[in-house]
Amino acid sequence: MPADAGAGGGGAATDPIERFDPLERAVHWTTAACFGILMATGAVLYIGQLEVLVGNRALVRTIHVYTGLLLAVPLLVGVLQRRGRLLRRDLGRLSRFGPGEARWLRPGVDRGAIPLGKFNPGQKLNAMFLGSAIFVMLATGSIMHWFMPFSDDVRTGATFVHDWWALGIWLSVTAHVYLATSDPVALRGMTRGVVTRAWARSKRPRWYAAITADPEAPEDQERLHS
Amino acid sequence: MRPPHEDPEGEAVVGDGDARRGAPVGRRLFLTLLGLGGAGVVFGRQVSDWMERVLGPITARDGTGLSSLLPVGRFRIYSVTGDLPSRSHAQYTLKVHGKVATPTSFSYADLRSMPPTTLHKDFQCVTGWRVHSVEWKGVRLADVLDRVGVTAEGKALRFTSFDGEYTESLTLEQARRSDVLVAYELEGDPLSGEHGGPVRLYVAPMYGYKSCKWLETIEVTDHVVPGYWEREGYDVDGWVGRSNGRDDSAT
Repeated sequence: MPADAGAGGGGAATDPIERFDPLERAVHWTTAACFGILMATGAVLYIGQLEVLVGNRALVRTIHVYTGLLLAVPLLVGVLQRRGRLLRRDLGRLSRFGPGEARWLRPGVDRGAIPLGKFNPGQKLNAMFLGSAIFVMLATGSIMHWFMPFSDDVRTGATFVHDWWALGIWLSVTAHVYLATSDPVALRGMTRGVVTRAWARSKRPRWYAAITADPEAPEDQERLHS
Repeated sequence: MRPPHEDPEGEAVVGDGDARRGAPVGRRLFLTLLGLGGAGVVFGRQVSDWMERVLGPITARDGTGLSSLLPVGRFRIYSVTGDLPSRSHAQYTLKVHGKVATPTSFSYADLRSMPPTTLHKDFQCVTGWRVHSVEWKGVRLADVLDRVGVTAEGKALRFTSFDGEYTESLTLEQARRSDVLVAYELEGDPLSGEHGGPVRLYVAPMYGYKSCKWLETIEVTDHVVPGYWEREGYDVDGWVGRSNGRDDSAT
């Protein structure tokens, strides 16, 4: 039972420790699928050479628009669920920097010397950029699609933002996928939901200490708004 | 509101094993980005104009072509049909008929063998975007008209696209201007499909919708027949800065 395996301070280095529950993983992967479809269809709509190769512009655009409308749904449904407690707590964790974490981002710093919580600061920045991008892209994409009520300037501005944000999303997602696939244990945290005890202890010591010290507190209390 | 447990570095003094009580850096970033996106919508027009002026000359000299992926001074591809039509150079013909002495079909090679004209002009779309200093090469429409010989009844031109939908129009006087081309090159390369290739119309002093892409036929008519967008309310005389309620500077 991975869910219970985190409790207690001892245990073998390879013990599974739950990192993301099934709801979080479902939210992550459905959102990731939407992002993938949007990035692929967006690239076709944006890059002339791809467009000529693929054709079917109307179909590609329809897929892009409807997938875009669905993009925020998994996250919102997950957050609003009663079962979404861990997801909500992790969003709280992603939104705050712990001790030393601002320093962690600076070049030339010994990152190993800064004990991290559940997420590293890069993951937090990535999550916040992509999370906000969902809403920025939804808003600007809607202006581009239902353009009639908007002035030329607003349409041009929306297109401008949509284009530059898309470039940022490509960079951010590429970096995220590269880093995730270069750490197989961390990747398994999102595919199967579990990491090893050794990984948690060395890579995320403050998280590990918190979930093993006393399984009832402080991790299992809702203190998002404290 | 929250800062009793923050130090000036923005780092938490109280840690509870996780950063929940630390500085809300992520939340600030989230809200800042939403704000930036909103500001970008409001000021994007000015910012993108400025970037085009500053970055345009740099990206134009980039040999790798990678910078063409940046959203600076890009053409936006519109098509009124679901698909981008395509036709090879060998398949291509331009048929000129109507009120003319000798109806003629020009092959791609025929057009290439006529004296070329090169123009460097801004391309302005009626929806707002503008690409600065674009190089177009082609044959003057006036030369094409001289080849076929417009009769006395000929007063205007009607263009159709091989996308099967799009049409455009010009008066004969507009068509004879020296900055109106039957274009086959863009920025030194053969005109590609998404830009209206292999051959399109290029009406330099007017908004982009006048420059019929995928040009297939030119019919000389005795009156102006409004084109595709003009039936949707766009001005038939689409001068840049003097039509469609816009005040863009001339191209």
